[in-house]
Amino acid sequence: MVDKLATRNLDFWYGKNQVLKDVNISIPEKAITAIMGPSGCGKSTLLRVFNRLNDLIGGTRLTGQVLLDGVDIYDDSMDVSSLRKRVGMVFQSVNPFPKTIFENVAYGLRIHGGHDRAELQSKVIRSLQSAVLWDEVKDCLHRSAFDLSGGQQQRLCIARAIAVEPEVLLFDEPCSALDPISTAKIEKLMEELKREYTIAIVTHNIQQAARVSDFTAFMLLGELVEFGKAEQIFTAPKDRRTENYLTGKFG
Amino acid sequence: MRKTKQLLGLLAIRISILIVLVSLFAILIFIAVRGFRVLDIGFLLQPPKAGMTKGGIFPAIIGTLYLALGSICFALPLGVFSAIYLTEYAKLRRWVRVIKIGVNALAGVPSVVFGLFGLAVFVKFFKFGVSILAGSLTLGILILPIIIRASEEAISAVPRGFREASFALGASTWQTVTRAVLPPALPGILTGAILGIGRAAGETAPILFTAATFYQRRLPHSIFDEVMALPYHIYALMTEGTKPQFQVPIAYGAALVLLFLVLGVSLTAIVMRVRMRRAKKW
Repeated sequence: MVDKLATRNLDFWYGKNQVLKDVNISIPEKAITAIMGPSGCGKSTLLRVFNRLNDLIGGTRLTGQVLLDGVDIYDDSMDVSSLRKRVGMVFQSVNPFPKTIFENVAYGLRIHGGHDRAELQSKVIRSLQSAVLWDEVKDCLHRSAFDLSGGQQQRLCIARAIAVEPEVLLFDEPCSALDPISTAKIEKLMEELKREYTIAIVTHNIQQAARVSDFTAFMLLGELVEFGKAEQIFTAPKDRRTENYLTGKFG
Repeated sequence: MRKTKQLLGLLAIRISILIVLVSLFAILIFIAVRGFRVLDIGFLLQPPKAGMTKGGIFPAIIGTLYLALGSICFALPLGVFSAIYLTEYAKLRRWVRVIKIGVNALAGVPSVVFGLFGLAVFVKFFKFGVSILAGSLTLGILILPIIIRASEEAISAVPRGFREASFALGASTWQTVTRAVLPPALPGILTGAILGIGRAAGETAPILFTAATFYQRRLPHSIFDEVMALPYHIYALMTEGTKPQFQVPIAYGAALVLLFLVLGVSLTAIVMRVRMRRAKKW
């Protein structure tokens, strides 16, 4: 297995508050890595380190290395825009733009430019197909994204992220606002997507991590407690804290 | 004792509300009754005649429209850009606070002071003369705080999720602002702009020395012409001239038209705001 993303001795602060402590994690290519842990353990912060979305918040500080294909993404020479094109994200708050379904998916393509009409059209269609939304929306591409159900909206957000042809997809608790049926659809979709994309998903839902992940990380209070293949983590955790979390002793 | 106090308090509240409503309707009815006597199509579409004692107020209506639109052309871009800076770009909180205090202070400056400033800067220093341009710029500064506040409010109300989604796709701050933030904020910004137009249309003091003239034979040809305007026309009819028995009714007619204009503009803003709230789905 090739490592797509990795951190080396990663420390992260919001102001004086250290939220990531010496995190070393390797996210393998074309597989699903779940990062689980209780609220406030730093899992979302870690995910937002990978596309530098934490840059938007003032007063943060980071030491250590974050590598994408072996290149430090916090190096001064890194172009954040092209980094984020390579590392897409799907959010917890299902957040389509107040635009049409078509324009939502086309957004990233328009941002990066260089597509003519036909190209735009075909890429939007292909993205919607990849997100298994095409059959449901093909007759209403020019209706508002808000006319869709919550689960459809989240798949639209996935299509929007796929459209710019990223290499990595980050999912930040993508199902926490969705019903079980929609959740199952998203999870199935992730299984499909991992053939082409490297996927990292943050979740506080242990069952979800067990269902979808090939590799699983457990975080607690800013530390990476344990990381390994999913079946090992869920059947034979090495760390006592992981075991206690999985058996519901805390969380 | 406690009951008496409560009753007195309630009485005070009721009387206050009553006075507010009575004042409002008294003004409306007073102006309407006096104004309607002279109001007809000719009054709206004819220029003043016979030394202000006959004819209509057409040039003043047009002038007020010019000034209001001119001021918004100037204040809207400036105000929106300022609001974008304050909400999306400014990094230092203390700096933002200083600017906001400045904006509030600007809103508190008496309007005649704006008039003097406009005279000194736009009329004299920039040599625009007493003109539509000078008056529009002066009114523009006057309504700038309204535009900035409304825009800032509208932009801040755009969910953070839209910004994050845009940035996460690799958009720059400018792309995010223009494509993800401004479109949903637009109705709110336009509401602010309309309120600004209403305010600019009704002001007298700022155009007193910068734009307004009592009488003009023809409509203005360029932005460097002086111009008639409704508020100043009313003021002039009541203070100048020698035939008040003819002039005063015209002044009331003009006041009624101005009132309609400003209330109509405000009403548009209110309707827009209601529609916008209904259409909003996030």
